[in-house]
Amino acid sequence: MRFKQYCMATIYIDDKKHEVKDGQNLLEICLSLGYDLTYFCWHPALHSVGACRQCAVVQYKDENDTKGKIVMACMQEATDNIRISLRNKKGIDFRAGNIEALMINHPHDCPVCDEGGECHLQDMTVMSGHNYRRYRFNKRTHKNQYLGPFINHEMNRCIQCYRCVRYYKDYAGGKDLDVFASHDNVYFGRSEEGTLESEFSGNLVEVCPTGVFTDKTLRQHYTRKWDLKNAPSICHECSVGCNFSASERYGTLRRVINRYNGDVNGYFLCDRGRFGYEYVNSKKRITHSRKRSGLQQGIDAFSDLKNYFTPGIRVMGIGSPRASLESNYLLKKLVGENNFYHGITAAEGKLIESILSNLQNGNVRTPSLAEIATYDTVFVLGEDVTNTAPMMALALRQANKNVPRQKAYDMKIPHWNDAAIREVVQDAKGPFYTATPYATKLDEIATQTFFGNTHDLLEVSQMLVSIFRGEKKIPNTENKLMTDFAGRLARALLDGKKPLIVSGTGMMSEEIINASSAIASALKDLGKDVGLSYTVPESNSLGVELLGGKYLDDAFEDGERSTVIILENDLYLRAHKNTIDSFFSKCEQVVVLDSIENNTTQQADYVLPAGTFAESDGTIINNEGRAQRYYQVYMPKNQIRSSWAWIDMLLHNSDAARHFDDIISEMISAYPVFEKIKLLAPTADYRIGTQKIPRETHRFSGRTAMNANISVHEPKPPVDVDSPLTFTMEGFHGIPPAVDIPFFWAPGWNSIQSVNKYQQEVGGPLKGGNPGIRLIEPLSNGLKTQFFKKEKFAMAEGQFEVLPAYHIFGSGELSAKSPAISERKPPATIGINEEALAAAGLSGSDSIRIAFNGDSLKLPVKINNSLPKNVLTIPKNFPETFGITFPFYSAIIG
Amino acid sequence: MKSERPLTEHIKPDGSALTLKEYEATGGYSALKKALKSSPSEVMNTVKASKLRGRGGAGFPTGSKWSFVPQGADSDTPKYLVANGDEMEPGTFKDRLLLEGNPHQLIEGMIISAYAIGAGISYIFLRWAYHEAAARITTALVEAYEAGYLGKNICGSDFSLEMYLHTSVGRYMCGEETALLNALEGKRANPRNKPPFPQVSGLFGKPTIVNNIETLSNISHIIKNGPEWYIGLSKSEGGGGTKLYGASGKVKRPAIWELPLGTTLREILEEHAGGMMDGYQMRGVLPGGASTDFLTNDHLDIKMDFEDVSKAGSRMGTGTIIVMDDKTCPVGMCLNLEQFFAQESCGWCTPCREGLPWTAKILMALEEGNGQPKDIDHLEFQTGYMAPGNTFCALAPGAMEPLQSALKHFREDFEEHINNHRCKYRH
Repeated sequence: MRFKQYCMATIYIDDKKHEVKDGQNLLEICLSLGYDLTYFCWHPALHSVGACRQCAVVQYKDENDTKGKIVMACMQEATDNIRISLRNKKGIDFRAGNIEALMINHPHDCPVCDEGGECHLQDMTVMSGHNYRRYRFNKRTHKNQYLGPFINHEMNRCIQCYRCVRYYKDYAGGKDLDVFASHDNVYFGRSEEGTLESEFSGNLVEVCPTGVFTDKTLRQHYTRKWDLKNAPSICHECSVGCNFSASERYGTLRRVINRYNGDVNGYFLCDRGRFGYEYVNSKKRITHSRKRSGLQQGIDAFSDLKNYFTPGIRVMGIGSPRASLESNYLLKKLVGENNFYHGITAAEGKLIESILSNLQNGNVRTPSLAEIATYDTVFVLGEDVTNTAPMMALALRQANKNVPRQKAYDMKIPHWNDAAIREVVQDAKGPFYTATPYATKLDEIATQTFFGNTHDLLEVSQMLVSIFRGEKKIPNTENKLMTDFAGRLARALLDGKKPLIVSGTGMMSEEIINASSAIASALKDLGKDVGLSYTVPESNSLGVELLGGKYLDDAFEDGERSTVIILENDLYLRAHKNTIDSFFSKCEQVVVLDSIENNTTQQADYVLPAGTFAESDGTIINNEGRAQRYYQVYMPKNQIRSSWAWIDMLLHNSDAARHFDDIISEMISAYPVFEKIKLLAPTADYRIGTQKIPRETHRFSGRTAMNANISVHEPKPPVDVDSPLTFTMEGFHGIPPAVDIPFFWAPGWNSIQSVNKYQQEVGGPLKGGNPGIRLIEPLSNGLKTQFFKKEKFAMAEGQFEVLPAYHIFGSGELSAKSPAISERKPPATIGINEEALAAAGLSGSDSIRIAFNGDSLKLPVKINNSLPKNVLTIPKNFPETFGITFPFYSAIIG
Repeated sequence: MKSERPLTEHIKPDGSALTLKEYEATGGYSALKKALKSSPSEVMNTVKASKLRGRGGAGFPTGSKWSFVPQGADSDTPKYLVANGDEMEPGTFKDRLLLEGNPHQLIEGMIISAYAIGAGISYIFLRWAYHEAAARITTALVEAYEAGYLGKNICGSDFSLEMYLHTSVGRYMCGEETALLNALEGKRANPRNKPPFPQVSGLFGKPTIVNNIETLSNISHIIKNGPEWYIGLSKSEGGGGTKLYGASGKVKRPAIWELPLGTTLREILEEHAGGMMDGYQMRGVLPGGASTDFLTNDHLDIKMDFEDVSKAGSRMGTGTIIVMDDKTCPVGMCLNLEQFFAQESCGWCTPCREGLPWTAKILMALEEGNGQPKDIDHLEFQTGYMAPGNTFCALAPGAMEPLQSALKHFREDFEEHINNHRCKYRH
């Protein structure tokens, strides 16, 4: 990230004068100014290395020089009065010749290559003017590798831009993708075949400018980019809320591709978000309303339900942290405040309450995801970020590079000179400390790690707070490891220019959450520019908490049994099976709105088909308190619709829902905390001139033939009354408001690099500003968080604290139902330290049994020697562990 | 009596290396002791004054290069000195003579140079194939450490230096100083962009000087005998000292000779190499190894120094001359060279990685009788495509030098290959 203050420089491009920020390279300047200059190896997040030679321009000595010399724009600093030309014939010929060189070994795959139509190589080839092939000799070929269920490998297409390994290794910290061999035989792959290990491997499909690395899930139902119907959407797989575009054809969701948001995900997504969408196409999707039994002939289940809903009957509503604000709000309105339940247990609820309270009432700001990368000293307390909020882990990896890079900046190496900076940095890491119950992937970038159970971590936190508050009596401990860790960490946080405390709901501990806030607050009081980041369990956890409601525990105990409406929530994930079964048996009628079959839908009397993110409009609030809007991608040809639409129809006993904008207005009036959501996106009557914004590209094909097998008459296209987007290709073909961008495309730029044209400057905010609105800011002199030390829980001999282990592939409720993700899901095991196993006299046991809540669980053993000897882990949200409330305490009972 | 052939006069006729004792008997390590009595900047200035220019091919003034290393209490440490012993330029074998014949001469020169720049760690980066030299250097290093010329407090001074031998794994690319540094760090031997220069950010990101073996072998003599003496050895205004010149090809006496810098091409080839073997005529020479432009009989009277050869349209490079006779096919010779360069490309930048194999394939087609009329123009296109500045480093531009000059001087051979669909030089 840039620490310098910039001066301006005057530069001349083809004799046209421009004032630009000093310190940039010519390629980023040309692209930011809207010039079309070809390039491959440069990337806005990876910066320049000067390898591909494609961005060559001609530089003149002065106004009189007409000959000029070729320089690489990406490696040339824009100094004051520099004169370059993009139109000079020498430069044009060179760039075309360079493409010709790249194409000599390139297979004639375009017609069958997945990249075709959004291929950066295609774009640059056309842009360079190269056409006829002179090379008449054989092409070099390679063998491909199996790289796992996410990514397809086709090495013949490689143009050796080196972006893949630079992204995978340098940016994302991956270890198992590399470049081998030399000369025209260089090979990018793994040393042996096998699934790519990085949780961010999916970005290779966008980073690669050709079809070497392509989306394997898209390949199962391949569609050309121009044939897709797209919408701007938000990932629902964790609380970070990355922006993506989701794309459909013939009623199937085809793929998810990154949607740039300079404040959140930037150019990248995690693999769970990118490849976790396939459940949308599952055969287990609920597509029509149904009633379990007793439905009269000729009447549809929903009409039956509406008739059932007479005034005066008592209805309970259970909301969901994975459903939109609007859906939760309308449900709450339908059932009334006293009958609305949050959809999570009190155990989880109090965690979210603490987080909200700390952020709203405390004096420490929570940064956006992009801002996280600007911090220089990090402390992660109790959270396995790589698995609970993966993109936050990617941002933390960038933060870790800031201190070492300063040395390079002090040597006047420009921020974009990637290779030179990394040469100076070598293996140096920034100050990064983690205190967790077990080893996590971020340990590999950590200066020091500490493992302990909840109590240990609270002790460390207490030490830090005492040090920062200058308390004379710093808590004593015999644990030298702990004292050493806390001492070094305190020193690092005090020395850091911009320290960041990261925590979350991972350990299911309110005290851990408050501890992190107390640490951050104490640093803030010392005048440090400190930030505080939390992860929360689901995509709208904070949103529903802001809406407010009672918790599930109250619902389960509620005396009066009547009808319960459950919104997008599988209750069996929330509490023990017996509790839920008993609850259902007490209910008179169970109405469930959900998108895909689960254990709860099996218990329902009425089921209404709710849209997933792909078939719904909605607003969700991420872990930063950023409200973001997602739009439905297509109009399903069945009964699926947004949950809020069903609820609105129930509310008004009507056959059509009100318009989305009306619902939002009503919600905002009722809940002023959501007021800013009014500014989130234009209303459905927004036009650019007279035009709406098309979801389809202007090259969309097959429209008139698509339904010809049903009827030769082309059906009237559905009208979107809820947004300024259309379901057709008709509409405004320029740059729409940032929040409404369904796909990136620009003339000559068919690939994802077209995002350059939508940004104020490359790598910067989108034109008009990045979408999303923060709802939470700290108070300038906020409440200090009282930090309560947890009473030492005297665990009996042989007792263990059982904590959740999170799995990026498997712990996400919806993504786990997608085939590619479930293929990566590890088996359910109990993590235990081998010394603990030995102490229990069970060395070598294959599996062990533990007890909880009057039930027990037996799982295979997985040795994890980073675990403290009195901690066990079991996976979160796996079928074997549905409904378990953490933490709990157990001995090994078998 | 000051020597006229300081680098080679003590090399033994049987080719075996001088032992430490033998080296000391020739006055070896006296220069080091003398240098340690003066300050590092005095040593640096002496070398500057001697007009010693780098012998690796680029000819950059050595003293100047050293002066760019940041000095002072705030400067980064450790600083490194690296001897570039990756002599892989086809036709070049001068460093081998020095490495096998007198390794202590190199070592002493390195210690003095390290002292001048403030380096605390040094490496000899040695070509993989020089197994004999590796063994002899290893022995010499042991001897030097035992004698207190390396390690802590050299000769009782405050100066300490570690010196390591690193044998390469065998790529020509490692002769390029920044690729050498990457290879030494254990990374792929891709070159680096400059700036930043190695003097500022070199080995492991620290201030580093990389010098050629022959360059460093001169240092002890300059210190011992003084810069004026060194300048006096040369026949050339542009630089001081002697130069190891070599010749290979169908000359009567292919060998290496230590001669004043600026000796003429004619003197080297006719007097020292004995002229062409009977029955052969000289058609062209590559004056400095494979990556230099052909010179012809018209150029025999030029001085073999950095300026004159450049004015004649070529480069002195390493000063080891490859002689092409009139019974050798120029196209075949270019093919041989371009195949070498294509294989040695590191694969980092497009023109070199793709252009060199294409060039080699065209030349192969010509040799096989499959040349097409447009091929000559295309070969010329390639020489323009891989011009200096268009590529990331100098490997491909160097590879184009013999080809572009062959097209200029021996165009008729290329045309005949195409028109006659055969190589007339084949028997």
